[in-house]
Amino acid sequence: MIMDNLIALLVIIPLLAAPLCLLLPARWSWLLTTAVSWLVFGLTILMLYQVDSQGILSYHLGGWEPPWGIEYRVDALNALVALIVAGIGAVVIPYARLSVRAEVAADNSAGFYAAYLLALTGLLGITLTGDVFNLFVFLEISSLSSYILISQHRERRALVAAYQYLVMGTIGATFLLIGIGLLYGMTGTLNMADLAERLQEVEQTRTVYTGFAFIVVGASIKLALFPLHWWMPNAYTYAPSVVSAFLAATATKVAVYVLLRFLFTVFGVEFSFRSEFFQSALIFLSVAAVLVGSALAIVQINVKRLLAYSSVAQIGYMILGLALLNLLGLTAATLHLFNHALMKGALFLALGCIALRMGATEISQLRGMGKRMPITMAAFVIGGLSLIGVPGTAGFISKWYLALAAFERGWWPLILVIVVGSLLAVVYIWRVVEVAYFQESEDQSRCEAPLSMLIPTAVLALANIYFGLDTRLPLYLADSAAQLLLGSAP
Amino acid sequence: MDWLLKDWFSHYNYWIAIFLMMIGFYTVISRGNMVKQIVGLNIFQTSVFILYISLGNVAGGSAPIVREGITLFSNPLPHVLILTAIVVGVATSALGLALIVRIKEAYGTIEEDEIREVDRMRESVEIHIEDALQDKTLHEDTPR
Amino acid sequence: MTRDPVLKITAKFLIPLIMLFALYVQFHGEYSPGGGFQAGVIFASAIILYGLVFGVEAASAVLPMSFLIRQAAAGVLLYGGVGVVSMLLGGQFLNYNLLAADPVSGQHLGIILVELGVGLTVTAVMVIIFFVFADRNRP
Repeated sequence: MIMDNLIALLVIIPLLAAPLCLLLPARWSWLLTTAVSWLVFGLTILMLYQVDSQGILSYHLGGWEPPWGIEYRVDALNALVALIVAGIGAVVIPYARLSVRAEVAADNSAGFYAAYLLALTGLLGITLTGDVFNLFVFLEISSLSSYILISQHRERRALVAAYQYLVMGTIGATFLLIGIGLLYGMTGTLNMADLAERLQEVEQTRTVYTGFAFIVVGASIKLALFPLHWWMPNAYTYAPSVVSAFLAATATKVAVYVLLRFLFTVFGVEFSFRSEFFQSALIFLSVAAVLVGSALAIVQINVKRLLAYSSVAQIGYMILGLALLNLLGLTAATLHLFNHALMKGALFLALGCIALRMGATEISQLRGMGKRMPITMAAFVIGGLSLIGVPGTAGFISKWYLALAAFERGWWPLILVIVVGSLLAVVYIWRVVEVAYFQESEDQSRCEAPLSMLIPTAVLALANIYFGLDTRLPLYLADSAAQLLLGSAP
Repeated sequence: MDWLLKDWFSHYNYWIAIFLMMIGFYTVISRGNMVKQIVGLNIFQTSVFILYISLGNVAGGSAPIVREGITLFSNPLPHVLILTAIVVGVATSALGLALIVRIKEAYGTIEEDEIREVDRMRESVEIHIEDALQDKTLHEDTPR
Repeated sequence: MTRDPVLKITAKFLIPLIMLFALYVQFHGEYSPGGGFQAGVIFASAIILYGLVFGVEAASAVLPMSFLIRQAAAGVLLYGGVGVVSMLLGGQFLNYNLLAADPVSGQHLGIILVELGVGLTVTAVMVIIFFVFADRNRP
């Protein structure tokens, strides 16, 4: 039964655990959430093996055949994104208990974990579903719960950040809804595979072009593509630390997945990139994201905001890989989904440890932290090195592939952009390192974070090194995903 | 005149949807009052609901309820989809308004520029305090 | 809360009718337009009307907040539970065909249970939203 319903269980288990969180006594909610997150992670690994051995998996919800019923469809790309979401979710949640207790009002921890489980449900649902309207619904489930999660910080600015994200996110999701409606009007179907087939007959109509534009812009808002990124720095800065780590590592990745899925599976490469303008626009925007995002990161005072701007830059790398439109570029983009989740996860978790001890994440608070919190700062440095792309870390691998892809195209200036982006990353990471290791604080006492927070941070930091040395798993998955995306072109 | 009606207004439902969409969107981006923004967001979403429902209309079709003697139905699927989207819209508005209530309690205002002002003032105050503290520690460090 | 006797008597007259209509929409939902969403909102509107006319305290004495939150959670669990039962019976999630001896009555049973879950949750959530906003500025 478990193997037959594996895909559906990934969504159902967290979905049903969320109301249970509210029914059970509040002290059990963290335990339940931890158990569920790890169970889901285990099932995702099982699913990965199944996809590897059987190829594309398809699950018909309610026993209704596609294209009439909702189909869950899993191939190498979904499996990789689901692994990222479930993996980060599982690592982050043991960390959450103490961090949430410090940053969230005490009477609401059951609600916090219920919202977290719903966010997990939504993100997994987006990745697994093969139905465009279902994708919209899961997108809204994950978005609504992430607005709640962001607003839970005691600091009142979290409320404004959550509100701004709500307005932006709703506009993005509604754009997506308009696009889906126009496609449905032209084809009469909502199933992705069916849609891809039927769109070929009507693809020269203005309606389809309009739908395409709406979907691309809607997804770009959700993934914070420059210049639609302005909601993100506030949201990540003022959210509770766990939420920043979870959302930075998963939510934008899932939005990138949505864009990939629509461009390559639903519309098909030939349609999406028929006009050279679209490709050059994407390349231009991603280059701007890399340069402007990194430059803005340098001038930030708050380290969390610094990391958020660096996320804008890193998303630029992913879109750049996508827009290069060759196998290496897509491999780099999907690989960077995985690696960026690891490094941003590690960095935000390390910052959460500092926030727990110091109560803030302003750069001046980090004085002398290299001595006071050696393990946390070591994790931060490893994450930072990975962000820069130093050989031996995960970040190097994806940037290497990106550079190879640009080289294959013969577009030299892009390689220069990658190098400049990395140099800018050196500058902003160095600012933090300089303050933490070379400036003395008055208080020299050690104040290392508690073990339950230290272990997840260290696990993610070490994963950056592990996957920088042993690249088989992510590379294999990214490569098969990229082949699938390009092969699925009509 | 005839061509105008035929080419431009035969699908008047799209005009209504676009009109509402632009009203809503303009309200969201032009107003600083958060409640007005949420209302604009609501109008924006509603226009999409109308777009979907009008897409499902079949000329001459009746309501999609199985009865004797009726063979031509409107397409019920867009209605079902929009039922879900309406629920999402209600949830979004409720959450947005709830956030606004909390913002009002925390800041005493729901105008975006005033909130920005309050935050900026507090930030500068904090920086002053920090500077003052640093000066103090510097003075204490220097031997007298 | 109002002191106007006309409002009070009209509300007293209307509230049971609204509730009855909600139940009709709920349980006739498989044959005619309606179902859990609509019924839930109509039922909630009856309670909200009561709260507007007789005061929020009186309404929340009937339906306390803790109960409403449990009801909302229970509705979702009922919905999901139907799906889980159909999985345990060897079908896919929410495959109603297996719930009874033959597919048609299985579909019937499945839809009634699922819509009941939806109705419970929607009622509870709408009333919660009203209470939360109405109660907020109370000293």
